[in-house]
Amino acid sequence: MIRSEILKEIAPILRDQLVVCNIGIPSQELHAIDDQPSNFYMLGTMGLASSIGLGLALAQPKPVIVIDGDGSVLTNLGTLPTIGNNAPSNYILMIVDNGSYGSTGDQPTYTGAKTDLAGMARAAGCDNVVEVQDVDTSLALQSAIDSGEATVLVVKCDSGNAKMPVITMDPVVIRDRFMKAVAN
Amino acid sequence: MNIDKKIADDLVANDVSFVTTVPCKQLAGVIEEVDKRDDIFHIPSNKEDEGMGLCAGAWMGGKRPAIIMQNTAIGVTINTLATLIQFYRMPLPMIISYRGELREPVACQVEMAVHTKALLAQLNIPTYHFHWQKDVEEFDNILKYTFMSNKPVAILTDANFWGGYGDQ
Repeated sequence: MIRSEILKEIAPILRDQLVVCNIGIPSQELHAIDDQPSNFYMLGTMGLASSIGLGLALAQPKPVIVIDGDGSVLTNLGTLPTIGNNAPSNYILMIVDNGSYGSTGDQPTYTGAKTDLAGMARAAGCDNVVEVQDVDTSLALQSAIDSGEATVLVVKCDSGNAKMPVITMDPVVIRDRFMKAVAN
Repeated sequence: MNIDKKIADDLVANDVSFVTTVPCKQLAGVIEEVDKRDDIFHIPSNKEDEGMGLCAGAWMGGKRPAIIMQNTAIGVTINTLATLIQFYRMPLPMIISYRGELREPVACQVEMAVHTKALLAQLNIPTYHFHWQKDVEEFDNILKYTFMSNKPVAILTDANFWGGYGDQ
């Protein structure tokens, strides 16, 4: 499965949750598949989805699901120790690990070679790290939500992108409706 | 006047309850003071752009954030300031140690000091410079201005403000 197929499958789970979605094609795909006010789309700033989601989870009690990518986590590796030492029980980091920089033309990342993101997350102090194959994503994500524990979920999948339109919504609109969804 | 306590007092009085820090020798006292306060959640970050991500999330979650960092971090965070904090219109007080200014003992620090105000000006970031201890009296107003305007605001605090480097 490629990322967009996974997002289609988990859209019913994400719909009622606060979601912070990674820059580029992941946000475009989620926006096209099931746009919700409770989705925060990153339009810039590669690498910070996990940090934004962590700040959000620490500031309020609702569950927060971050949809991140292997390339973006690699560009902000300092996030893993911060998560490992501070993540509250309402924080779920789902890393779609397709071993490539999808938004820039599927250039390979190091997770497609020798680098093991789940192992790095564990070494950084994250207690609940689960690695699954793409077909098991729904089950693993629902289990993480039901567990009520901070979880890092690494989803191994195929490289590839669906052709989706660029998000043209104003960033202040994205942010404002998201904050209203957080406060509701 | 204890400027560390004054800064922490003003943060609390302005309902700033989420503070991330990347340390600097000059900032050790204020970081320790922030860490002690029950009204502030202090989360150290490993890099300043990461810290700004944490602050963005905390603000959307209903908490007023602040970041404490060194001016060298302006070189690290320009993209984050432009495409996250400014693009989404978020408030962010940045308490910045202004290394490389008067009384600086380390020459390399001057190399970023000479760019600091120019970079902040290029980004249209309101910038204040604390050189004398009494300048801290403006901090409360700066915090109110930051959360009124929904912008990142820089408070540069140089070695003279912090009382120099002792024996160095």
